[in-house]
Amino acid sequence: MPAPLLELRDLRTQFSTQEGVVSAVDGISLRIENGQTLAVVGESGCGKSVMARSILQLIPTPPGKIVGGEVLYQGADLLKRNAEQMCDIRGKEISMIFQEPMTSLNPVLTVGDQVAEIILEHEKIDRKNARARVLELFSLVNIPAAGKRVREYPHQLSGGMRQRVMIAISLACRPKLLIADEPTTALDVTIQAQILDLITRLKEELGMGVLLITHDLGVVAEVAQHVVVMYAGRKVEEAPVEPLFDEPLHPYTRGLLDCVPRLDAFEQAEPDRLRTVEGLVPSLADMPPGCSFAPRCPVSVDRCRWQKPEIKEVRPGHLVACFVAQGEGLDS
Amino acid sequence: MKEFWRLYSKNIGGVLGLAFIVLVVVMAAIASLLYPTGPFTLTGSSYAQPFHDIFPLGTDSLGRDVAAGIVWGARVSLLVGFTTTLIAVFIGVVVGCLAGYFGGVIDSVLMRFTEIFQTIPSFIFGIVLVAIMSPSLYSIVIAIAVVTWPAVARLVRGEFLALRNREFVIAAVAMGMSNIRIILTQILPNALSPIIVISSLMVATAILFEAGLSFLGLGDPNVMSWGFMIGAGRNAIRTAWWNSTFPGVAILLTVLAINLIGEGLNDALNPKLRDK
Repeated sequence: MPAPLLELRDLRTQFSTQEGVVSAVDGISLRIENGQTLAVVGESGCGKSVMARSILQLIPTPPGKIVGGEVLYQGADLLKRNAEQMCDIRGKEISMIFQEPMTSLNPVLTVGDQVAEIILEHEKIDRKNARARVLELFSLVNIPAAGKRVREYPHQLSGGMRQRVMIAISLACRPKLLIADEPTTALDVTIQAQILDLITRLKEELGMGVLLITHDLGVVAEVAQHVVVMYAGRKVEEAPVEPLFDEPLHPYTRGLLDCVPRLDAFEQAEPDRLRTVEGLVPSLADMPPGCSFAPRCPVSVDRCRWQKPEIKEVRPGHLVACFVAQGEGLDS
Repeated sequence: MKEFWRLYSKNIGGVLGLAFIVLVVVMAAIASLLYPTGPFTLTGSSYAQPFHDIFPLGTDSLGRDVAAGIVWGARVSLLVGFTTTLIAVFIGVVVGCLAGYFGGVIDSVLMRFTEIFQTIPSFIFGIVLVAIMSPSLYSIVIAIAVVTWPAVARLVRGEFLALRNREFVIAAVAMGMSNIRIILTQILPNALSPIIVISSLMVATAILFEAGLSFLGLGDPNVMSWGFMIGAGRNAIRTAWWNSTFPGVAILLTVLAINLIGEGLNDALNPKLRDK
């Protein structure tokens, strides 16, 4: 079997803070194949973005540090590469789209120049040909009047157009893996759908793998084939998208799905209340000794409070880290 | 470029400043045609009144033409102003970029080094340097550059520190840009407008600095400069006011014009102010 496009093995990233060392990513393993979209879902502060940035080693050091695990890209560990070798990976092999398209574009350069700079960095090409490539890329990401847009500055573009520019930048050198860190969070709902369609279409046209970081389950259902649910730096559930939505096993996943407002809400028992997951993500500096979700969990048992559940495959392809879901809740 | 001129020309002060500086530059360039005998030649009687006869700005105590002094002095003032700024901005930008971008030990070492220069009062330090190297155009330029670059370095470092962790810089890193390309194409353009503004102020400061040194008798004795003329004329200020006043006005207008240019450049180069 050929090596997967990207595989994380037990990745651990820690931050030193005044309250001590905290684990933002605490042993995450996942894999993405060519042409696959993997969604990583979780609340704010659960370590999704830190994980995504750890893949490309964009964690500011200090205070952050990748303390363990492997990031295997086509079978080779990226963590063993030096800074210069990483420059060849970033943008060319793996590229990234950020959440806020306004701040992730340089305010004093025209958008065309910004795309051209990336091409010039990675390829032996002159400025004129790079410009021609920029025009191609702009039409690839559906920017109308590309010839005029290339000369504009980020503040002259709308949010959706800016995110298209970001996507054009990230695709400039035909990467094999695209990491999208909440690409639609800062956008209007209608633009969100367009951007997601665009990412899906480009994924198919270019045969990329996509790692989609999001907290929006609607987005996941629309574009992903495989889902990883993260909670407090750990993976709590992993499954293909249909089984996860049809039959979520972890109480946290169920809670997240219950939070999605439904149009048929008036048929429910309490039609006028939007449901939430009670409580907050525990502070990373003050983790409970057992399952980190136990304090908020509606079905927790005694054992959850002192022992961490390991992630296990309970059905083919469906993994969960919960004693209750694993049928071991009553053992203690 | 066309676009740049359109924006620049919106600022009337900037246009006036630029026009005046062009005039001064032309005047300095053709000084040897206007006054082929040079500024030190004794051309008439001493203390000739201005706006009379052949001396439009009068003569000084030795009968030297003040107008010739102004024209030849423009060469020195502009030369000192621009070369000093070029050197000081270059050193300051390099030091500031490295300190602000890389941070940590590099930042500490470079900033402690910069502070050594900042702890000494700049004018006194400049005087000492010129005195040690013996007064000449070279020593004056070097002395002014040495005492003025720390301000640029600190400014650039501050800009880089603020910009270093901005999202678009992280995005550039994520796209695999090398450090040098990020510094030059991503961060430096964002820090450009304060650098240009401080540069225009530095040209003005350098001209004043040179005038100050010459006034104290530490100017290059072989060239006529505006500061030297003010210094030489100050003894006779009550009998021959024009000896000090005209070079003083020349300094004032030149420095003002340079500041106006700086302001105009800032407006034209800042994309956020465009289309308004």
